Amino acid sequence: MELPSPNPRIIAQKAELIKRLQGVVASGAVISDTFETRAYECDALTAYRCPPLAVVLPGSTEEVSAVLKICSEMSVPVVPRGSGTSLAGGALPTEDSVVLGVARLNQVLETDYENRFIRVQSGRTNLSVTGAVEEEGFFYAPDPSSQLACAIAGNIAMNSGGAHCLKYGVTTNNLLGVTMVLMDGTVTQIGGAHLDAEGLDLLGLICGSEGQLGVVTEATLRILPKPEGARPVLIGFDSNEVAGACVSDIIRAGVLPVAIEFMDRPCIRATEAFAGAGYPDCEALLIVEVEGSEAEINEQLETIVEIARQHQPVELRQSGSAEESARIWLGRKSAFGAMGQLNDYICLDGTIPVSQLPYVLRRIGEMSREFGLDVGNVFHAGDGNMHPLILFDANKPGDLETCEAFGAEILKLCVEVGGCLTGEHGVGVEKRDLMTHQYAPDDLEIQMAVKDVFDPQWLLNPAKVFPLAVSETRRMPAE
Amino acid sequence: MRKLDPKTETELSELIANASEPFRVQGGGTRMQDNPGSGTVLSTRNLTGIELYEPGALTMVAKAGTPLAEVEAALAAEGQRLAFEPMDHRGLLGIAGTPTIGSVFAANVSGPRRIQTGAARDFLLGVRFVDGRGRMISNGGRVMKNVTGYDLVKLMSGSFGTLGVITEVAFKTLPTPQTTGVLLLEGLDDAAAIRAHCAAMASPFEVTGAAQLQKGLDGAPVTMIRIEGTENSVAYRADELRKVLKSFGDWTLETDPDRTRKGWKYIRDVEPFHNREGTVWRISVKPTDAPGVVAALYGVEAVYDWSGGLIWLLAPKGLAPGSVRGGIAQCGGHATRIRGHGDEPMFQPLSPTVAALQEGLRSKFDPRGLFNPGLMGQAA
Repeated sequence: MELPSPNPRIIAQKAELIKRLQGVVASGAVISDTFETRAYECDALTAYRCPPLAVVLPGSTEEVSAVLKICSEMSVPVVPRGSGTSLAGGALPTEDSVVLGVARLNQVLETDYENRFIRVQSGRTNLSVTGAVEEEGFFYAPDPSSQLACAIAGNIAMNSGGAHCLKYGVTTNNLLGVTMVLMDGTVTQIGGAHLDAEGLDLLGLICGSEGQLGVVTEATLRILPKPEGARPVLIGFDSNEVAGACVSDIIRAGVLPVAIEFMDRPCIRATEAFAGAGYPDCEALLIVEVEGSEAEINEQLETIVEIARQHQPVELRQSGSAEESARIWLGRKSAFGAMGQLNDYICLDGTIPVSQLPYVLRRIGEMSREFGLDVGNVFHAGDGNMHPLILFDANKPGDLETCEAFGAEILKLCVEVGGCLTGEHGVGVEKRDLMTHQYAPDDLEIQMAVKDVFDPQWLLNPAKVFPLAVSETRRMPAE
Repeated sequence: MRKLDPKTETELSELIANASEPFRVQGGGTRMQDNPGSGTVLSTRNLTGIELYEPGALTMVAKAGTPLAEVEAALAAEGQRLAFEPMDHRGLLGIAGTPTIGSVFAANVSGPRRIQTGAARDFLLGVRFVDGRGRMISNGGRVMKNVTGYDLVKLMSGSFGTLGVITEVAFKTLPTPQTTGVLLLEGLDDAAAIRAHCAAMASPFEVTGAAQLQKGLDGAPVTMIRIEGTENSVAYRADELRKVLKSFGDWTLETDPDRTRKGWKYIRDVEPFHNREGTVWRISVKPTDAPGVVAALYGVEAVYDWSGGLIWLLAPKGLAPGSVRGGIAQCGGHATRIRGHGDEPMFQPLSPTVAALQEGLRSKFDPRGLFNPGLMGQAA
């Protein structure tokens, strides 16, 4: 993976830049010591690291505006950062960039239960948004697995999803308004507490733009009343095809579970060895969860079980208590940790049409043998969002490169069958160079034209999303 | 008036690339009373056909000009529907024509269920469109989750043909529930009705519609709250909601399929304002602000949808300019003039920064200003 070569002009201006930045934020909010900036050299895609020129942690929208204005005037690239949990390298700095972290912006500004929204500063973590409203019986729906740590700012940048988006949608479906600072320091409001913001859907455009269009400092989010209850059922099959057919039949039957999770045999074995959840040793396993009152849950599960029985399951485990429900979820929730016990891994998140599931899993198995690396599959089956975990040994020379090449082939396969490169993690640097497989030159050109409007100098997170060769003429040259 | 209706995307692309005068971009021409742009009508009505429908994956892909009725019939045959419940504008606008699936998304048309399930834009998964240079662009896809590159799918939805001509749409479908139940109560004033809506929406009983008519069929106000699901589930939730809403009065439950369908179509298509004199405004505010916004205006009649978050307003001719948007400016929200004429702009004026971003996008997507000049607040 390549990063643009740092601009010597900017590096030479470091002292002046630091001095100006210190003039607009609280003392201690500018970090420039090369030892301390190391903490910001990478996000959750730890294979790539690069310490930035400086890190700024503003304490208000006004400070964010002042920082961006300075960077804009001095033509310094800015890498916005939420909590640094991106799996795609979305917050990976370059040597000549300023990391703008929103971690200090973590306050709840307004809660309104009658109109069902919460307004927060964007550095607040996903789970603590729910934490702020759950006593009143509400929750914030998008639930990425990093929700304990990840910030709303990053959720908006990557349009994060989670296990329950089959029913509740992803970030873009739960975002009502933002306060955003443009690269030149202009502060603007888009949307509000009402539905469907006026004008073109800029809110929809900003969500998922990977911090390339502006820095969101406040967000108005839709909150929902918590369901009365939820309960999973575990179904095991002796083939991926049959499990895939069962998913399709459940959806067709008109039941809308909140989650349909899928694990394949390598993943089941790994989690069983790690967590001992008592999963059957079978080819494919589904966990289907439904919500509602006791009676509603029973009614939905009856339908699901009846459908599952028609597919000759090797295991059908219903839950009779909260404890049994937790055991059903235990293996699924430990899957990433379990795979991590076996070896290092990379996790992809290509999405495919549900109907292509058996074919794609078969092809991944074949490729696993060709590349000589093991892969386990655990994913949100209801919406086709895969999560192949490819195992490799970081200490073995060449293994990471083989693993990345294998990953790229899987993602190309996802596109080939009608899906996409990334369902919820974002492009970042990780999938940047694969964009030409999903999009034609004109498709990418018009996306870059959007950035031209919001950030004409291409200073905001410029080395992400678009292949470097494609964005080269727009990004500032290293003089 | 000249009308161009190309039969393929390539033909459309050539037509745009070689154009020297602006177009009025249309699907079936049923979504707006008039289009301030002058010039030739460019219609997608000949780009038709359902390309793909996978009920088990809840996805359909159709050419933009496919009649909405054809899409709905195909979905109904599999027990599915467009859950965001797009309204039919024809009755309100007093015009004829064939609504297309493309126009549903180009105008981001959503009905009463929007409050629970999301807007048209939330269901749109992918688009193909031709931009102002004649380039054929694809964005998004046919899968539920997709964060690959910028989300131009959302941008195109609700852009009213100002950024490009949509040629194909991929969208999410949902199963149609077995039973619909509607809780009804007569006699609540607007403020009380919105309080009841908000209480219902804050309960875990998944309300899929909350509307208030100032004048029901017999002249008295009617408050409507909808729940959908299996027969047992609807009965259970109706009981629970009655408990939650007991302080407002004694609610009756209507479950007759024909009557509940007609009742919500009445709201969805704003039937109370059909064939009546006056300007019709569509106003989006947060629900609890709605009664105040309406009460401040003299001589208007309102239909509230989306728990009060959507106000349909019938305003008499003499209403002072600025009065509709003046009230909204205090609380946040926006108003669009759907029917009638006046000095005020049809679309909500934008803040200078947002207006500049919007104009910037239009000039990139359509550098020659071919698509619907003057529409969406643009200086004509």
